[in-house]
Amino acid sequence: MIGIPRDQWYVAAYSSEIGQELFSRTICSEPILFWRTRSGQVTAVSDRCVHRRFPLSQSPSRLVDDQVVCGYHGFTYGPDGKCTAVPGQTRIPRTARLQPYPLVEQDSLVWVFIGDPAKADAASIPRAPYLDSPGYTTVAGMEPLKARFSLLVDNLLDLSHETYLHGGYIGTPEVAATPITTEVDEDAGVVHVSRHMDDAECPPFYAKSTGLQGRISRWQDIEYTPPCLYKLHSRIAPVGSVPNPDGSDPDAFHVEVVYAITPETEHSTHDFWAVARDFALDDQEVSDFLAENNRTVVLQDVTALEILERVVATEPEGYQELSINIDTGGLAARRMLKRIGAQQQSVPARS
Amino acid sequence: MSGVPARRSMLSGDRVNRIHWIPGTDQLRAVCHCSAERDFEDPVQLWEWLLSHPDGHDTPPPTVRDVAPSSDRRQEVTIP
Repeated sequence: MIGIPRDQWYVAAYSSEIGQELFSRTICSEPILFWRTRSGQVTAVSDRCVHRRFPLSQSPSRLVDDQVVCGYHGFTYGPDGKCTAVPGQTRIPRTARLQPYPLVEQDSLVWVFIGDPAKADAASIPRAPYLDSPGYTTVAGMEPLKARFSLLVDNLLDLSHETYLHGGYIGTPEVAATPITTEVDEDAGVVHVSRHMDDAECPPFYAKSTGLQGRISRWQDIEYTPPCLYKLHSRIAPVGSVPNPDGSDPDAFHVEVVYAITPETEHSTHDFWAVARDFALDDQEVSDFLAENNRTVVLQDVTALEILERVVATEPEGYQELSINIDTGGLAARRMLKRIGAQQQSVPARS
Repeated sequence: MSGVPARRSMLSGDRVNRIHWIPGTDQLRAVCHCSAERDFEDPVQLWEWLLSHPDGHDTPPPTVRDVAPSSDRRQEVTIP
């Protein structure tokens, strides 16, 4: 089993989820409390009062002037986690501090660093600029997944499953039938899987959103930066159309499908998904269609992966698998995750 | 070795391993960052070979043995 890599950045939430009220989410088995201060900064601290471990996100805990007051005994903490008041005495114990988490808010995502804060390098966070670019319109969501994060990595690195699991939505026969090229940059920590279908059936997901009918050129270029961010650069165009030498691509429709694969626990995952498009920017019908259909596709994966989790969780370690050509990218991702885990201590399993 | 018509390269780092699924076949061609190449039918074995770099990656380029007409010595010629 691939453990949860520590000393890594993970997406904890969409920016839009965190306002001036208490918000809690468990990331890599660590319960974290978030709120946005009146100045607009997002905070991230442990969601457990240091006194008796009461969850600070739980009522009657509350926010008062950018400070969180524990609903059990009144311990009060500032946005940096420092305790500012304890009940019945003036001396505040030196150790009365909530663990703060390094946090970066960019590309409409809230990232937290799980591990040794001294190792948190914000520059290493992979980017997804289209998620809040004026040149794109984005729909997004998050589905809870009761399965280990590595099963979702396997799923997303091998899109041949679209043909079988997502037929009628994004799957067509050509996806499973088209050879892939896999590249792994060991230094940059990137796995790239490319599948270019030059004459393919247009699935309903793209036919209804782009208006293209009949056969299409469909390119799928996966860019995965383990452990968390997965990007699928999807290019849909009339058959025979290719980008111009200068990089412009006026005849094509571009869809950037972004997943943030964030472990909640060893056996559950936050499945963040977003679909950003560079066409029909103001068309609400297209937005509604893509949101509903992509969520349906994600839920098809969730159903399958939760079944798979129940199966593999009961199997002894080292169960036999069979890998074939379509798994080349998934094997590359697994190997990189294991390498990251070997370099950095893995999160211990919690019951 | 059969050719790989569409050798797209997306990543440009100094240490990039590439695996091409050779069109029309069930073969995978592994290309190590050191330029060594080898074809496989099993992606697991393929990764074992890539990760074993540099072991087994120093295979010289294909050669033909040519007998020099003016000598009894066999001369090895490297195919450019």
